[in-house]
Amino acid sequence: MTSIVRALGAFGRFWKDFLIGEAPELFLGTLIFVGAALALHHHGYVAVVLLPLIIVAFLGGSVFRGRAKS
Amino acid sequence: MTTSTVVLALAVFGASAVEMVEALTIVAAAGVSRGWRSALEGTVAAALVLGALVVAVGVPLARLVPINVLRVVIGALLLVLGLDWLRKAVLRASGHMALHDEDAIYARTVADLSGAAATTGGAAAGSWRHGRRDATSFTVAFKGVFLEGMEVVLIVITLGASSGHLALAAVAAVAAAVVVSIIGYFVARQLSEVPENSMKLAVGIMLTSFGVFWVGEGAGLHWPGSDLMILVLVGVFAMTAAVLSFAMRRIGPSRQTVAVHGGPSS
Repeated sequence: MTSIVRALGAFGRFWKDFLIGEAPELFLGTLIFVGAALALHHHGYVAVVLLPLIIVAFLGGSVFRGRAKS
Repeated sequence: MTTSTVVLALAVFGASAVEMVEALTIVAAAGVSRGWRSALEGTVAAALVLGALVVAVGVPLARLVPINVLRVVIGALLLVLGLDWLRKAVLRASGHMALHDEDAIYARTVADLSGAAATTGGAAAGSWRHGRRDATSFTVAFKGVFLEGMEVVLIVITLGASSGHLALAAVAAVAAAVVVSIIGYFVARQLSEVPENSMKLAVGIMLTSFGVFWVGEGAGLHWPGSDLMILVLVGVFAMTAAVLSFAMRRIGPSRQTVAVHGGPSS
């Protein structure tokens, strides 16, 4: 039983580190991006321009946040 | 072969090469300090487990999950991974984060393993020198290859399953592992000269581009130019990374960093 709990804990930690890691804002940005893609997919060129910009904005913010933490 | 297939193969090859350089550093340290037999056995065992994971998870994923759901979920995972690699590569390229120093990792692992050998003492400590099995060397090599290889497995499964090219993705990953192993065999002491950060930057750009493309496709968006849009996205994110690196170099360290290191505070 203990080993199962330990394995589940390790599995959970792996995914937490993988998804959130040192930059939770990038995980948040990805969720917002997915939501925006689902909401805007009928809007053609607006979506094509706006979606990559969401990623650029979150990446820029995260890099500046990383600089402040360095 | 379509544009997306070529970019996919390059992305998997690059990601696998970066991770394998890191794994090879650990395997080389284990082999040099405690004997090669167990280090190589640990490496092969980890590679087999990783290969089994690709087959066990990747194949059912590609066959059972609806393709659009798969693309949204997998695109999101690629985005998380790609953005993290990009962020770290930009911070390292602009001097705000320490570069990954393979020489230092190698030296530290050799010192740790040599210390472990010394504390084991007597016949047990020397048994591995005569070609016998050494549990420490096996475990260190296994863990090194398994942990570094997990990200490669995720990339192979995500890129391969969502594009229907799981076998190609797996072959690209194995090819990178073989190339890095051959290079490592000849230049084991010069792993630090591999331009790891540049490779990580390039792979981060490709993973992010695939992530954006597939989340869009899965959500029902029709990208202009279809697969060719991946190249446009690669260009957009390459430009973004270049501008961010330039900007970060220009503005220098944060005030907080200067204060911590005792520099001018005003």
